Amino acid sequence: MDIFYFAWVRERIGLPRETVQTDAATVRDLIVELRAREARYDMAFADTTALRVAVDQELADFDAPLAGVREVAFFPPMTGG
Amino acid sequence: MQEAPFDLGLEANGFAARQAGMGAVVTFTGIVRDLDGSLDRMHIEHYPGMTEKALRGIAEEAHRRWDLGGSLIIHRHGNLSPDDMIMMVATAARHRKDAFDAAMFLMDYLKSRAPFWKKEMVSGDASWVAARGEDEDALKAWETPET
Repeated sequence: MDIFYFAWVRERIGLPRETVQTDAATVRDLIVELRAREARYDMAFADTTALRVAVDQELADFDAPLAGVREVAFFPPMTGG
Repeated sequence: MQEAPFDLGLEANGFAARQAGMGAVVTFTGIVRDLDGSLDRMHIEHYPGMTEKALRGIAEEAHRRWDLGGSLIIHRHGNLSPDDMIMMVATAARHRKDAFDAAMFLMDYLKSRAPFWKKEMVSGDASWVAARGEDEDALKAWETPET
């Protein structure tokens, strides 16, 4: 599965994308796995209320299932316009 | 989606010329603000792939809700300077209310539902622009579809 990071999430983790092997059932489970990796991940995901997630390029909830998903992205609230 | 500047007059005229039978064209343009003269530049990051999908989805929703002849969204990314145009929307309808309301709807949604992130370089320091609560509130007003 490809994971993308944008804006300050990208800066905190230190890379824009990576491919991970995971059995996480939901976005929330994936976050638990990522946080356990290294301090920079733990820090980036410390406050999930400050984060938004997209699953296969659609905005999603943290409870969204990951079965069959190719792409997950984490980022702060959007500031377009 | 484009990195290059756009010509508002050219885009607006071109859009209007394609709207046969429409009595109203509304355009909105967003410009990089520099409230106190300290902004060096702005950088806009986006999510290639999702951005185009999100903008198309927002435009399709506007066409479902209002009687529109056409709509246009141009949004820049990359480096911008104060007073640069960031984005524009245009809507065309037979009547002005549909055109105005749809343009407002497009703006409200692409502010907080399209994957763009603004970073400001102010007096040499870079910081991500925080999303504003009032932008989220603006979306709530659209949750009850027009009847």
